Amino acid sequence: MGTIITKDRIVIPGQVIAEGMDYLPAKGTFREGESIIATVLGLLRIEGRLINVVPLRGPYLPKAGDVVIGTIEEIGFGGWQVDIGIAYPANLSMKEATKEFIERGADLARYYNFNDIIFATITNVIRLKAVDLSMNGQGLRKLPPGRLIDVDPTKIPRIIGKQGSMISMIKEKTKCQIVVGQNGKAWIKGETAEDELKADQAIRKIEAEGHNEGLTEHMEKFLE
Amino acid sequence: MKEYLLGLIKDKKRMDGRGLSTYREPITIETGISKKAEGSARVKIGNTEVNVGVKMELGTPYPDSPDEGTIIVTAELIPLSNPNFESGPPGIQATELARIVDRGIRESHYLDFKKLCVKKGEKIWMVLIDIYSINDEGNLFDAAALGAIAALRDAKVPVIKDDKVQYGELTAKKLPLDKEAPILMTIHKLGDEFIVDPISAEEEAVSARLSIAIKGDRICAMQKGGADGLSLPEVEKAIDLAYTQVEELKKALK
Repeated sequence: MGTIITKDRIVIPGQVIAEGMDYLPAKGTFREGESIIATVLGLLRIEGRLINVVPLRGPYLPKAGDVVIGTIEEIGFGGWQVDIGIAYPANLSMKEATKEFIERGADLARYYNFNDIIFATITNVIRLKAVDLSMNGQGLRKLPPGRLIDVDPTKIPRIIGKQGSMISMIKEKTKCQIVVGQNGKAWIKGETAEDELKADQAIRKIEAEGHNEGLTEHMEKFLE
Repeated sequence: MKEYLLGLIKDKKRMDGRGLSTYREPITIETGISKKAEGSARVKIGNTEVNVGVKMELGTPYPDSPDEGTIIVTAELIPLSNPNFESGPPGIQATELARIVDRGIRESHYLDFKKLCVKKGEKIWMVLIDIYSINDEGNLFDAAALGAIAALRDAKVPVIKDDKVQYGELTAKKLPLDKEAPILMTIHKLGDEFIVDPISAEEEAVSARLSIAIKGDRICAMQKGGADGLSLPEVEKAIDLAYTQVEELKKALK
């Protein structure tokens, strides 16, 4: 029989969360002998038999299926290298970059040039050094020049909200186009610089106060 | 990001909503932050933070100026303060930062070198000014220069006993400083406009910059940086802009 040891909602690294083989260690935890131990400072989530710890803050760790915003860092012979905010550049191969036919020896800068901002999905993660991107998917595209801001990747779910409610509210109130990547980058484009600034501030506010209750009402008031 | 900023500047707008010639708020200066140093200061402009320390050493004077003390400014750009900074010996950026701060103090004669002489031709005070970037969110130059002035003002001369400095024991004597302090302002050319106090993103899009040190109503040092050239009318425009900002920074120093 497994038992949950801790009564805390927030756990610290090294804290024993559960004993016994009935529970399974998921994200932010590991098993040692019979016990499941936290590896990060974060909120404890128990879903059935799975034990998760959602970190309060931290770097972005890429995983397959994530949609991310990146900037083109280098153009090679067979594709592009993209900065997605991790230690090593991610690879965008010619095959995954566009549906168009690219002729042998064509100038790849015509498709994506240096410093272009792209919205892409991660197809494969072997190591941190080998992350593959793809441009095939709904809404994935090259983004025009806009305000690119960095936010804490762990706060991204808060910024998006339940079924995208929070982000749609910001978009509606500020009349801005906003694209949020799971790697903690957000791209904003509005009609005026003031609108963009407002959207920027709103996102920063959620980042800072995301853990508070009644965030939606609070944000609504802020955006008025 | 660069394209976006250049688009904004065409409408005379900046990313954080500031005016072209507005410094970030607040500018705070805190002195006496280090117990080991003879003088120290912490300067914050917005989220940019710089620590400056002053140490004093006895040394021999240069042969061409036997009755003058000297200053040595070094800057260390700590890797934690900006993802682009690497550890190791000082690079171009750190050297330039130190030289600009050095020149502003040296050429304004803010510190009286003659009074730093202990014994002519034999012993002088060497004032070491060390700059550490704690957080770089743009405009390290102005922050470092303000910090150097504040740290010099904070410094007290240590006790000398048997020709040796007794570190940790300070006399009540302050450094021989002028009343008027030199103020360093770096004017950046972004697109066709001139701005002050850029944030990191703006610094990457800047084509040229001009650091101007002003003491009283006199310019005492200038240094140009960046790849682009500046025409004479542009230099004059930059100088005019600098003069409008002097009082702002002086207020912070008080």
